[in-house]
Amino acid sequence: MIPAISYKAKRINFKEKAFKKTLALSAIIVVVILIAIFLTLLINSFPSLKAIGFKFFYQTTWDPVSDRYGALPFLVGTLLTSFLALVISTPFSIAVAIFLGEYYKKGPVAEIFKNIVDLLAGIPSVIYGFWGLFVLVPLVRELEMKLHVPPYGVGIFTSSVILAIMILPFSVTLSRQVISMVPSHLKEAAYSLGATRHEVITKIIIPYTKSGLFAGLLLALGRALGETMAVTMLIGNTHDLPTGIFSPGNTMASVIANEFTEATGRIYTSALIEMGLFLFVVATIINIIGKQIIKRFTLE
Amino acid sequence: MEMVLEAELEKKKKLSQSRLADKHIGRRNKKNIFFKGLIVVATVISTLPLLFILFYIFKQGVGALNWHFLTHLPNPVGEPGGGVSNALVGSIMILLVSCVIAIPIGIIIGIYLSEEKRSRLGYYCRLAVDVLQGIPSIVIGIIIYEWVVRPMGGFSALSGSVALSLMMLPSIVKATEETLKLLPESLKEASLALGVPYYKTIMKVIVPTGLSGIFTGVILSIARVIGETAPLLFTAFGNPFMSTNILKPMSSLPLIIFNYATSPYNDWHQLAWGASMVLILMILILNIISKIVQRKWKVQF
Repeated sequence: MIPAISYKAKRINFKEKAFKKTLALSAIIVVVILIAIFLTLLINSFPSLKAIGFKFFYQTTWDPVSDRYGALPFLVGTLLTSFLALVISTPFSIAVAIFLGEYYKKGPVAEIFKNIVDLLAGIPSVIYGFWGLFVLVPLVRELEMKLHVPPYGVGIFTSSVILAIMILPFSVTLSRQVISMVPSHLKEAAYSLGATRHEVITKIIIPYTKSGLFAGLLLALGRALGETMAVTMLIGNTHDLPTGIFSPGNTMASVIANEFTEATGRIYTSALIEMGLFLFVVATIINIIGKQIIKRFTLE
Repeated sequence: MEMVLEAELEKKKKLSQSRLADKHIGRRNKKNIFFKGLIVVATVISTLPLLFILFYIFKQGVGALNWHFLTHLPNPVGEPGGGVSNALVGSIMILLVSCVIAIPIGIIIGIYLSEEKRSRLGYYCRLAVDVLQGIPSIVIGIIIYEWVVRPMGGFSALSGSVALSLMMLPSIVKATEETLKLLPESLKEASLALGVPYYKTIMKVIVPTGLSGIFTGVILSIARVIGETAPLLFTAFGNPFMSTNILKPMSSLPLIIFNYATSPYNDWHQLAWGASMVLILMILILNIISKIVQRKWKVQF
């Protein structure tokens, strides 16, 4: 009898070990995938790094025919659209976060607005772009006519508005979490001293959650920097340096989307991948900093 | 005389003070009401875009949507009518394959992270998942182009599936980890105390208990990637014909929305509106399913 039992025990032991190994292996695979992504981008952008060097970031001509790749217009386009989107969406996202995190935490009103925010997050980028093309572009064109600027309709401003709508749910979700984490004894202490709700929000909640709210904005910015489809459809796709917020332009992501499949020649493809590398590095740094701030906030 | 005067003065002072206080609290109350109004107005304004978008898509899409639309191929330019059957089939096939890739790996990683809360590998793995979630979708497209499309020698639906599975992975991992973390330790201890081996405890006790949470996470991750376009541009690429071979280029709903929306032809815009409506309906249904599952099978301890 005894050998049979020990045989079974051995088999279980083996399965046990195999199971644990599989778990650990899968965890290692994710880390390896991430490192491989970085290395792939880096290696494939070597030809461009070598041929162009730092001129990539300050030259303004992007001309694949004569092999000149200056990505400054796209860098400017990316930063302009993202920051403008952040400026437009921040007051609204903080308002919604206060609405859901303080005024209406529970009940039917909260449920309705929570679902709306979730749905906003669920609409695909390409549909935002499509809607923007047919609804937002004519509106912006009218606005531009009134302001006496060339009425392109498409451009930096239009893209920023769509981006603002798209990143709103993202920062709302984060800020709402942060706001609902304010300890209630702090709020109650303020109320007991006779503070109004407005004073509790502006003097207790917002100062307390400052770092968390900032992290929310940072992560939303990271989202906006890499957003591709809606921006590609609305920005106008010109290779010139944008002259104002109403002029058409291009972002790094939209250039990649438009030109990657048509890129011929090693340096051309490599220059596009270098932009991908840049986006990857910036998004990763922003992500890690934002998540660290939120983690520290949660631990407090 | 003086005393009386002083008392009177004191009285007056107090009165004016209390009036001042009245005024003061009145102003603060007004500010309070005004602030709440501001918050409510801003919140309502932020929800308007969703209503506008949904309304516009339903208005434009309802006319295009019928059985013919779902079962026919798109017509060439100039011929009105036609449908998006190839894109519908393509979307579903690409998603199925990416589910096959992402779900098992995602759940296994989620189990690992929920079990190893403090290990060093767990920390790096969690960090990697976070970073993976934040990678712009277009960069995922480039990566899969280099990893799959180039070695295979051409665009294929399979490469699109790999790209989408890479985008699904983080949310499946997170959902699994969060769900399993909430399960009480006593559950596992009870099973282990009965002599059940560790792997059986996990597979037969822990995972089934958290199944509803994992399922919800999977459904939501599908809803999230079903509309992804950027990673498919250089991978699945699109195909005007019906194709069920996953080694060949394949169309998908987001791809044809992008291609037709940016074309100058009215007939194609109509097709794109119909496709947008189908896509939105699919996302809505997936969201509703996840909500129902969450409510019906909620794990409670």
